[in-house]
Amino acid sequence: MALVQNFPFISIILSLAAGPVSSVLGAKKAKWLNLLVITVIGAMSAAVLAFVVGTGESYVYTMGHFPAPWGNEIRVGVLEALMALFFCVVMLLCMLGGSRERFLELEESKENLYYVLVNLLLSSLLALIYTNDLFTAYVFVEINTISACGLIMIKQNGRTIEAATRYMIMSLLGSGLFLLGICFLYDLTGHLLMSNIQEQVRAIKAAGTYHLPLLVCVCLMSVGLAIKSALYPFHAWLPDAYGYSTLSSAAILSSLVSKGYVFLLIKIFFRVIGFGIIDDSKVIDVLFAFGIAGMIMGSVDAIREDDVRRMIAYSSVAQIGYIYVGLGLGTTTGVIASLYHILSHAATKALLFVAVSGLTDASGDSTDFFDLTGAGYRNRLAGVAFTVGSFSMVGIPLFAGFISKYLFARAAIWSDSKMLVTLVALAVSTILNAVYFMKTVIRIYTPEHPAVLKKKKFRAVTVSDQPAKSAAMVCFIILNLILGLSSEPIVHLLERGMNMFA
Amino acid sequence: MDFANLISNYEEAVAMILFGIGFSNLLLQRNLIKKIIGFNIMDTSMYLFLALKGYIEGRKAPIVTDGIQNVEAYINPIPSGLVLTGIVVSVSVTALMLSLTIRLYRRYHTLDLDKITTQLKKEGL
Repeated sequence: MALVQNFPFISIILSLAAGPVSSVLGAKKAKWLNLLVITVIGAMSAAVLAFVVGTGESYVYTMGHFPAPWGNEIRVGVLEALMALFFCVVMLLCMLGGSRERFLELEESKENLYYVLVNLLLSSLLALIYTNDLFTAYVFVEINTISACGLIMIKQNGRTIEAATRYMIMSLLGSGLFLLGICFLYDLTGHLLMSNIQEQVRAIKAAGTYHLPLLVCVCLMSVGLAIKSALYPFHAWLPDAYGYSTLSSAAILSSLVSKGYVFLLIKIFFRVIGFGIIDDSKVIDVLFAFGIAGMIMGSVDAIREDDVRRMIAYSSVAQIGYIYVGLGLGTTTGVIASLYHILSHAATKALLFVAVSGLTDASGDSTDFFDLTGAGYRNRLAGVAFTVGSFSMVGIPLFAGFISKYLFARAAIWSDSKMLVTLVALAVSTILNAVYFMKTVIRIYTPEHPAVLKKKKFRAVTVSDQPAKSAAMVCFIILNLILGLSSEPIVHLLERGMNMFA
Repeated sequence: MDFANLISNYEEAVAMILFGIGFSNLLLQRNLIKKIIGFNIMDTSMYLFLALKGYIEGRKAPIVTDGIQNVEAYINPIPSGLVLTGIVVSVSVTALMLSLTIRLYRRYHTLDLDKITTQLKKEGL
């Protein structure tokens, strides 16, 4: 076994170990350790990606060398390695962009605890991506939830604690249903490793027995993970959690945490149950319907919101809707569109959160829509970054969002029954997106009267005032342009990944 | 409907009823402490279900004390392991929920989540 094949396991353990170590370090050292760990794991993921692209097939890593039905396994293919690499890049940029806010908003003695949570979050995300064992997935789902809850509540005010409590309650309902689904499935098949379960599910299907229990399992797991990833109508906790937490938390939660659950759901559909059975079961039709509702309703809620950060949070509801619509189409092209949207939404939404915080810095820390008048002139880079993010969300060519919308539309054409609904919903949702994003872009480039600026004491912010945040914004813009301009190789990688995924 | 199956598997039925009770308490109760109790009932019902699935009538726990190494003598140990893992998870989640509840109670002197939300709106935070 080549050394590079150990990297997925090492990266999980590395970030898991960095958590407790950070708790005894000072804030500054913990921060550097965290950045170092994310960078090293990103580099290792890139090496793994290069390795699996080279060999052209996925490999199984047995933990402790116990053979298949007994031991715990990690399975790595192109898709997993690509996701891990991408998550590391986005997380690094989120941490970079929010470092000033963490310093200002967190209690000094608690800043190092933030890095404990981020390290744990990264390790649980990596484990969700790589694991081949259903119960391990459940345990890391819970670790993910706990650390995400900590990330929300570490900025201490009434709002964030209430938001964290609501987030926790919804998440617990979701993970309860998910665990019940796993228990039923274990009862039916007698296995916990994903590939073994699929073998048994095929045998059950061939024997024509246990039709109803299998359907119940699929429903429980889908609904559980849908609740956790804030699919409409389970999104009530989302705007508060994203809107009031500290900047890097909001960016990480919206771009990575909910995506980890979606990735696990895709894994369950393809590797645990088998997509043919899922397609027959009509469960995806329900997910499709809620996805369509989310695409429209999330945008409507965002239009009605006057707080810019909450507006962007509501837009996440719509984007999660897109991802579930892609899943609900029931074709591999639909799932590839969803996966691409996971990437483009992560890059864009994190950019928007960072850019908005740049704009509010130049507006006396107010997130009110009308206070942002002319903010694009007071912080020029943030203005450009927000415009890029908005264009990407609306789906204007050149940017990441356009490619994912194009992929969704292309996938929809192959589905007879769902084509019309998907295309109409895409069109309506694009217009609604344009309404609130373009409204904000026009607002930040409407010059404000100098007398008002003086009265409100708004001051301009330059790049040299906030080097880390500016660097993060530039990197996010570049990432967006890469996803928007050279999508061909990435889509190709996703297709190869899907082929070796099931 | 075939009620004979339900009666012969009454233990599983009890576990599922408990799950329903816990789930609806976690979802519908306003009082945070009652929510947490609901969550614990929900998780415990799952452990009952798992333990039932691992148990085989007339066999013992798989700990070799008297030198018997025959598989036929013991129950399936994997569900017991899953229950232990699940207990660890639910203990930590319960601790986190309780600490959140304490913080909210110290600030707002109530355990009712809806009242807390109303108070937050009044504060205009």
